[in-house]
Amino acid sequence: MTSSRSWAWALRLMAWCVLGCVVPAQVAAETRVDVEARVQRIASELRCLVCQNQTVADSQSGLASDLRQEVRTMVSRGDSDDAVLAFMTSRYGDFVLYRPPWKASTVLLWIAPALLLLGGLLTLSLVLRRRAQLPDELFDPDLEEPSA
Amino acid sequence: MKAMRFWLPLAMFVMVATFLAVGLQRDPREVPSPLIGKPAPDFALTTLHEPDRVMRLADMRGRYWLLNVWASWCVACRQEHPLLVAFAQTKAVPIIGLNYKDARAAGIRWLAALGNPYDASLFDEVGRLGLDFGVYGVPETFVIDPQGVVVFKHIGALTNDVLQTKILPLVKGGKE
Repeated sequence: MTSSRSWAWALRLMAWCVLGCVVPAQVAAETRVDVEARVQRIASELRCLVCQNQTVADSQSGLASDLRQEVRTMVSRGDSDDAVLAFMTSRYGDFVLYRPPWKASTVLLWIAPALLLLGGLLTLSLVLRRRAQLPDELFDPDLEEPSA
Repeated sequence: MKAMRFWLPLAMFVMVATFLAVGLQRDPREVPSPLIGKPAPDFALTTLHEPDRVMRLADMRGRYWLLNVWASWCVACRQEHPLLVAFAQTKAVPIIGLNYKDARAAGIRWLAALGNPYDASLFDEVGRLGLDFGVYGVPETFVIDPQGVVVFKHIGALTNDVLQTKILPLVKGGKE
């Protein structure tokens, strides 16, 4: 009887100990993973200035790893994503952002694809409309598919 | 309508060619600095030669000065160095170095071998001040005005042309 009770106590004690040690460590590991995920996400929004076609997340350059470290420091300190991006743009300009902000100097950049598409569609409809008005004689007659 | 058929492609070709011609002349590495017209980032760093002496931005207040970012591992710095040494001898403007991500001994050795154009060099071992200045390609040169505002930045090795036509007029204009 006494031995089973002491066993129970020992187990409970062990459970506390294990939980007490493991749980905080696990939480710490989880926040570390969260921080890394955020660092990764923010870094992939940033252009590396040394190898300009790579993100800060991808680049192996010394500057990129410095910037990643800076992002990590800011994120672990609890700064918001916007704060990190603002920090970077105040030093390196809008150029570091792979998604530049919408403003007067970037309007053309943002709407150019839509403008080009619109221009293409307009040209196409003009050409088709003009063609539809041409007399039939100008076109080759449709030929029957030769049946095998 | 017939004329359009001829002129339109020509006009488009000229337009595209012009854009390409202008675009190809530009150096994509020269990213405009957002720091121009803004106060220089504050700093308190030891100098390369005197590990006990802390230099601050405020120490340079009241005059134009150049901040030249360099490192002993930087090849382009070696290329611009003789020009900088010669320019320093004219005493036109104080030149402060920013020894960027370097080892103290290596930096001192480099200056001893190639000549020291700097009134002092800030020692930025981890590159923290470099980050604040938005440095991404050494060498870089900043012109800072008496109020501590960055007025000009040159990326890459300095040329005599840049010194004479861009930097000198700026620092001279401020003296009068």
